[in-house]
Amino acid sequence: MAEAAAHDHDDHRPHGWVRWVYSTNHKDIGTLYLIFAIMAGIIGGALSVAIRMELQEPGIQIFSGLAQMVYGMQGDAAIDGGKSMYNAFGAAHGLIMIFFMVMPALIGGFANWMVPIMIGAPDMAFPRMNNISFWLLPPAFILLLSSMFVPSAPGAFGVGGGWTIYPPLSTSGQPGPAMDLAILSIHIAGASSILGAINFITTIFNMRAPGMTLHKMPLFAWAVLITAFLLLLSLPVLAGAITMLLTDRNFGTAFFVPDQGGDPLLFQHLFWFFGHPEVYILILPGFGIISHIVSTFSKKPVFGYLGMAYAMVAIGAVGFIVWAHHMYTTGLSLDTQRYFVFATMVIAVPTGVKIFSWIATMWGGSISFKPPMLWALGFIFLFTIGGVTGVQLANAGLDRSLHDTYFVIAHFHYVLSLGAVFAIFAGWYYWFPKMTGYMYSPVIANTHFWVTFVGVNLIFFPQHFLGLAGMPRRTVDYPDAFAGWNMISSYGSYIAAVGVAIFLYGVFEAFQKKRVAGANPWGEGATTLEWQLPSPPPFHQWEQLPKIK
Amino acid sequence: MRKFLASAKFLAGTAASAVLFSGAARADQPREWEVTFQAPATDMMRQIERFGNYTMWFIVPITVLVLVLLLVCIVKFRASANPVPSKTSHNTLIEVIWTVGPVIVLLLIAIPSFQLLTAQYTPPEEAKLTVKATGNQWNWDYEYQVDKTFSFNSAVLQDGDRARAGKEDRALYPRLLAVDNELVVPVNTTTRVLITATDVIHSFAVPSFGIKMDAVPGRTNETWFKAEKEGLYYGQCSQLCGKDHAFMPIAVRVVSDAQFKTWLETAKTDVPAANKALMAEIDGTNKVAAAGN
Repeated sequence: MAEAAAHDHDDHRPHGWVRWVYSTNHKDIGTLYLIFAIMAGIIGGALSVAIRMELQEPGIQIFSGLAQMVYGMQGDAAIDGGKSMYNAFGAAHGLIMIFFMVMPALIGGFANWMVPIMIGAPDMAFPRMNNISFWLLPPAFILLLSSMFVPSAPGAFGVGGGWTIYPPLSTSGQPGPAMDLAILSIHIAGASSILGAINFITTIFNMRAPGMTLHKMPLFAWAVLITAFLLLLSLPVLAGAITMLLTDRNFGTAFFVPDQGGDPLLFQHLFWFFGHPEVYILILPGFGIISHIVSTFSKKPVFGYLGMAYAMVAIGAVGFIVWAHHMYTTGLSLDTQRYFVFATMVIAVPTGVKIFSWIATMWGGSISFKPPMLWALGFIFLFTIGGVTGVQLANAGLDRSLHDTYFVIAHFHYVLSLGAVFAIFAGWYYWFPKMTGYMYSPVIANTHFWVTFVGVNLIFFPQHFLGLAGMPRRTVDYPDAFAGWNMISSYGSYIAAVGVAIFLYGVFEAFQKKRVAGANPWGEGATTLEWQLPSPPPFHQWEQLPKIK
Repeated sequence: MRKFLASAKFLAGTAASAVLFSGAARADQPREWEVTFQAPATDMMRQIERFGNYTMWFIVPITVLVLVLLLVCIVKFRASANPVPSKTSHNTLIEVIWTVGPVIVLLLIAIPSFQLLTAQYTPPEEAKLTVKATGNQWNWDYEYQVDKTFSFNSAVLQDGDRARAGKEDRALYPRLLAVDNELVVPVNTTTRVLITATDVIHSFAVPSFGIKMDAVPGRTNETWFKAEKEGLYYGQCSQLCGKDHAFMPIAVRVVSDAQFKTWLETAKTDVPAANKALMAEIDGTNKVAAAGN
């Protein structure tokens, strides 16, 4: 009897802070990731609202005041400090949203939570590595945040080189320690992601339940598997590039120093060899989530499952050979540009397959418009807009006029801010009842959707016009002719900020009201394994492995 | 949204006509509520604009198609209208169609795209004038590679200097676009621009010419343009270069051959005097033209 009691699993469950800090449980670690992503998202979002406040009118509005407040600068120093602070906000917004919001939410959060459950595994392959993957992130984030308060260029604080940190602006252009902190932050966040990627690949390859072949695996698991490979292959290149940056800055090497035989463009090639796969890392898990949601709420199986899976494989593979389309204006030769135009356009084909397959999944279905479905529909349409402007930008001849203008900002926010982020919220409203056991208020969730939808479109659609008219990106001030659309765009960002507040209230309300969600609140359409477990799932699931037919 | 766009168009129209009547029609610069490219001032930009419009013929219908299909799904296949879902999950024909269809669309885009790209690297004739633009934090140096090479610096026009420079007309010399010394080039002349930088990466861009080329330290990039109309054309540095990235505009003054020759002779020894004389002459002809109307 004593032996039996010792094997009673409830007793194995750690309590209090130990449960979270020492956690090796994929669901607890997933929850930590999600909380982390929400906090980082609020900070990154606040930075972007500050940027939009600055750009609401021509002239320098708020940043000289902010520099006065935060850095204690006065007079002209405050104006100059404010300009640099604006650049630092831009860089921090980009890095935070990518490394500390979207990636932790989709990969660390949802994938950690759902992939083991979906493939019928009790946990991740390396639970302790899973723990360190998460706990590397807070120090990385703290390093990045603290970089905003230490000197970079003379009279300036914070990394002011954009998230792309091109040298020489990130080397001789900003000798202060801010850039070093940011580089270390990216190193640590990158290590965290690589460990996570190894964990996912091992888990998915080795721990699928009996009968679950790769071709029966849910599309979200497929998406995470492909994403993990992209991470594993691209992040080391970034790590190499920023290590060279670090040694150029501190140890007298000259990888990117032209007067000592280096080349600033080498960094751009390395950076985008990582950077382009990175944008697919951000969106592929979203693709997986959308497939599940569309299928669930249409009460139909995913249309063209194999096509969907291999379209993602194709996107991931081709994503590695298109990097220099970010560099059309750097002086690449004509033939090089021709190749990258061609390769980039190819990506539109598998992406089109995905869009049409989602619509075909809905076609003939019996669709209920619950909040997750609303977000998924928003995703499909807005991602299409971002996709077609991407096809335009792929053409080097046309990109000549659009490169480094607000058109590009509009494009990548349509695919990421309105794509990846919509997928995150879709996933949140889809799995929230599963993860917590509580059902949120659909009214609040729908309000959140509509307010966000209006807000983000108001922000980013006019930016297409600004870009066409020639407004360069990353400028703290602009010629007066750009004032009109900038004002509209700024108003949009305030509406989107209200959306975030509604989201947070919705979460609070759900935990307060404690409406019981039940094992499967979505009905017959929800067929993946997570819906066979109670909500929330037991601390350890699948002690008896599920059988897949 | 349509109503909003309509009012935006109206505003754009008014703004454009206001600029026209203020006598600044010869300057090319961004306009209030603009929703398209700036007016082209070179054949290259006209080709870019034409190709951009051409791509719209594909991407707008594709976006509308996706929207219509979504709406059809929402109306026809909502649970109340269609309680029993179909179980279809494969249809090889349709999958082939939506794979091959985009391939054809992309080919239709790619062919003119490659032509445009090739044209950008194939100037119609040997350049008759070569200027070297060097980006610095946060201004440009322009070097004229003529028989007696000379150079001058071009920085954003400070408000305090407007009166002294005779550049008080803010429609013609807008804030953050106007500079102290413009790059002066002759009309209808293929001009080669060599582009480099001394400190960090900058980018030399003039939207109405359809050119943008990064200024990379340690490298010399090359581009070219052939401006078709006399006037003042503006661009801005297009690569984040630090604190004053927003404050290093590019202004190109395109003048007649005769005006350029006169300017060049004086500029070889005295750039401010050459600019002053050139501005006086242009203002004079403008007044004559206005009187002639």
